Amino acid sequence: MMGTAELRNYERELQQFQLRIGVAGIVMLVAFGVLVARFVFLQVVQHEHYRAKAEDNRISIVPITPNRGLITDRNGVVVARNVSGYTLEIFPRRVKSVEATIDELAELIEITPRDRARFKRLTVETRNPESLPIRTRLTDEDVAKFAANRFRYQGVEIKARLFRQYPFGDVGSHVIGYMGRVNQADQAALEQEGVDANYRGTDYIGRSGVEGTYERELHGTTGFEQVEIDAAGRGIRTLKTTPAQAGNNVVLTLDMRLQRVAETAFGERRGAMVAIEPGTGAVLALVSKPGFDLNLFVDGIDPLYWAELNNNPDRPLNNRAIAGVYPPGSTFKPFMALAALEMGKRTPKSTINDPGYFVFGDRRFRDSKPGGHGVVDLHKSIVVSSDVYYYMLANDMGIDAIAAFMKKLGLGARTGVDLQGEAAGVLPSPEWKQARFKRAEQQRWYPGETISIGIGQGYNAYTPIQLAQAMATVAANGAMYRPRVVGHIENPRSRERRSFEPELVQQVALRKEYVEFVKRAMAGVTREGTGARAFARAEYTSGGKTGTAQVIAMKQNEKYDEKKIDERHRDHSLYIAFAPLDNPIIATLVIVENGGFGARAAAPISRTVLDYYLVGKLPPGLQAATPEDEVDDDRESD
Amino acid sequence: MELARFPLQRIALRVAEGIDGTLLVIILALSMLGFAALFSASLDNPGRVLNQLVSLSIALSAMWVTAQIAPQTLMRFAVPAYVFGLALLVAVALFGDVVNGARRWLNVGVTRFQPSEMMKLALPLMLAWYFHRREATLRLRDFALAALLLAVPFALIVRQPDLGTAALVGAVGFYVIFFAGLSWRVIGGAAALGVVALFPLWGMLHDYQRRRVLTLLDPTQDPLGAGYHIIQSTIAVGSGGISGKGWLNGTQAHLEFIPERHTDFIFAVYSEEFGLIGNFVLLVLYALLIGRGLVISANAATVFARLLAGSVTLMFFTYAFVNMGMVSGILPVVGVPLPFLSYGGTALLTLFIGAGVLMSVQRHRKLVQT
Repeated sequence: MMGTAELRNYERELQQFQLRIGVAGIVMLVAFGVLVARFVFLQVVQHEHYRAKAEDNRISIVPITPNRGLITDRNGVVVARNVSGYTLEIFPRRVKSVEATIDELAELIEITPRDRARFKRLTVETRNPESLPIRTRLTDEDVAKFAANRFRYQGVEIKARLFRQYPFGDVGSHVIGYMGRVNQADQAALEQEGVDANYRGTDYIGRSGVEGTYERELHGTTGFEQVEIDAAGRGIRTLKTTPAQAGNNVVLTLDMRLQRVAETAFGERRGAMVAIEPGTGAVLALVSKPGFDLNLFVDGIDPLYWAELNNNPDRPLNNRAIAGVYPPGSTFKPFMALAALEMGKRTPKSTINDPGYFVFGDRRFRDSKPGGHGVVDLHKSIVVSSDVYYYMLANDMGIDAIAAFMKKLGLGARTGVDLQGEAAGVLPSPEWKQARFKRAEQQRWYPGETISIGIGQGYNAYTPIQLAQAMATVAANGAMYRPRVVGHIENPRSRERRSFEPELVQQVALRKEYVEFVKRAMAGVTREGTGARAFARAEYTSGGKTGTAQVIAMKQNEKYDEKKIDERHRDHSLYIAFAPLDNPIIATLVIVENGGFGARAAAPISRTVLDYYLVGKLPPGLQAATPEDEVDDDRESD
Repeated sequence: MELARFPLQRIALRVAEGIDGTLLVIILALSMLGFAALFSASLDNPGRVLNQLVSLSIALSAMWVTAQIAPQTLMRFAVPAYVFGLALLVAVALFGDVVNGARRWLNVGVTRFQPSEMMKLALPLMLAWYFHRREATLRLRDFALAALLLAVPFALIVRQPDLGTAALVGAVGFYVIFFAGLSWRVIGGAAALGVVALFPLWGMLHDYQRRRVLTLLDPTQDPLGAGYHIIQSTIAVGSGGISGKGWLNGTQAHLEFIPERHTDFIFAVYSEEFGLIGNFVLLVLYALLIGRGLVISANAATVFARLLAGSVTLMFFTYAFVNMGMVSGILPVVGVPLPFLSYGGTALLTLFIGAGVLMSVQRHRKLVQT
């Protein structure tokens, strides 16, 4: 009994066991089925996705930043170059806390609050940065110190980078322009333009001046290195290298020595000067004072200095030469005289009587000379700068005729100079007024408004470059050229040059004898007129015209008393000139803000500039060796 | 010639005696695949392949020796092996070396070894012996006692902590109990209880263990931390495609994106280079291995033999499934090697001894079907 029971029991147990073996087999098959499904999903369905991911893992594209092109002046003097410098850079993704890292670094290397502020600004501005510099321009000692303590700092490295350097500092700052770190707005613009790939690895971008306008030429073509990397991001080997192509060199039309002379002549005064070569439009010098040191921008300007520049009432960042609009004052008179001759409103012989005032309706327009200039003909009107002559002339010509003629000379329109931020200015006309104002009584042009237009006041507002261009046009007998600050582009390797030919905007129809008459009258200014003192004993001939532009309107009987007026409300001092008298090679406009009479402030600056340009005479104090003596031999190699 | 061949033939026959040809072929095929993957994963350290060859020959010898031992003799080792293993686990808890934050290794002068590894065989041996003794008079309390025999080493290994090995040891122990005939009702109840027990267990887990479980649910949460292993190994598998990138051409492997690429993650290397086809071959080999093992246990002569063979067979299955599941991203990352492929002498030894046990059971199977 017992035996069979045991046997049966045994049988049952074996059956049960074999059943469970079967269950185990099924479980295994199901489990392996799950794995098969997973493999099919990964290796067939999603294969493309993972293949791409594996490829991304394997090859890292490392951009090779091209060397930025140099900027030289017309004589090959380097005004912007690249120098290598050491930077201390933090890799934000590799450090736990950026703040803590900076604090630790500060124990070793001096980090000023400015450095911190600048770093913070960079952090905000830069999208997804690989690394950001906390310190730039490290000394050798700093580098050595850090190298010895490297192990303490994870995610911090010393990098050798090329930096822009401007040997002239603040000279020509508005023409050369500054660089800024590529920020999110730049990035978006680059993406829109479709050139963002070329800016991978590029930290800085030209923001203003030639650095800005010719950014695409200067930047060059970014090279790429395909590097096989491991999971830790270390490069194992380079698979392929496409070398970078250095940016093109940009050769300015500017003469840096002339630029320096001009800026030195300004001293601490605010103002602008533009010198243009008649017959080509080449800008020889373009001054806007005060300037700013370009070198302060090269490693990311710190917010404090930036605020200082922005909040400075002298507005140093503003390029007055192309963006400042000023009433031309009496420098307008030669153009008025030319208009009168061309339109037959005056002849060289006709005279008027200048009693010192001109009455129109119930208004008296005063002459700057209280008693008047007596009998005045057209020549004398320019030499002595008779206001009454031009009040009458304007009244006779009418606003439409004046506007039509001045428009031909390019006044009130952008010259199209190859710099950013040019202002249009205002060429007053009834149409302009109609568009400018809203209320009907404001929109109407009053004949009385025409009177002050004649002496370059009223709504007249032009940029210095427009006036210089108009002067150059007259000096070249009507040939108007687009002003240019860049003469040609040069390939740094092949030295191949691409020149910008002088661009004739238009040939203004002017009768040679009338132009000649105005030029003679302007020469008279420098000999016996308002510019005579400034141009005493000049070793060349030149023509000029002083100008004094009112900043605030004077009441009817109020006398202008310089001492009683706030400095910023004093008149602007202007001087427009060309030289030499025959076949002029330079036309200039100088404006000194709140400088008072044109003869006093602006004319001497003009004299200094012309002295240097025509006969190579340097003003006292400029004989010392200057950075421009370093000619472009020390270019960075690519 | 005749004279010379005679002893040779005898020797060959003697060596082949007790060796199950089918199992041996499957295991050697798996080992060959393992060498292919290991070679690819060890280009920077060719010495590893040689090491593994040495381990393999030792493991093969151990298998052979085990295969020569009759199950009845093996039974005698059950209690001493279990007690010894337990003692070592206690020793590890007290004096073990800490590697990577876990106290798993015991330093025995010349070398270090993991006693937990030994438990993978000692526990089923012990449980099979126990159920064999209680054959025909099996009651529920016998199962309770068996559960206790299982729980003690399990808890010690969890404490090390070594979740992977603990899971394996627990699984192998459970297989014995399951094959011994634990009623389905109890299994269902225990499973339900286990789910409930998950919550307090969660509180006992170490931070990194919790993170591993969490990142399994969403590896992208922590792509550079705990999710990294899974993401990179998934990329390796997925990028392999149907036919693979070819032997020695796996970029994920060679560029060191795969951590532990010669040990626990060798399947990622294999799968990247041999693709879906390679995976299929591997799965078929494992299925054959497990199938053969199940057949052997079904035909085993004694309760002890069949329980031991069944649990060892399912241990192979567990190893393979958990490892491949973890590498392909459907199971949490626990330290479980891929059987017969992963680098490492200890694991290899355990597996080959397990195979030897199967061979021994097969040799002493019931000759007459009842």
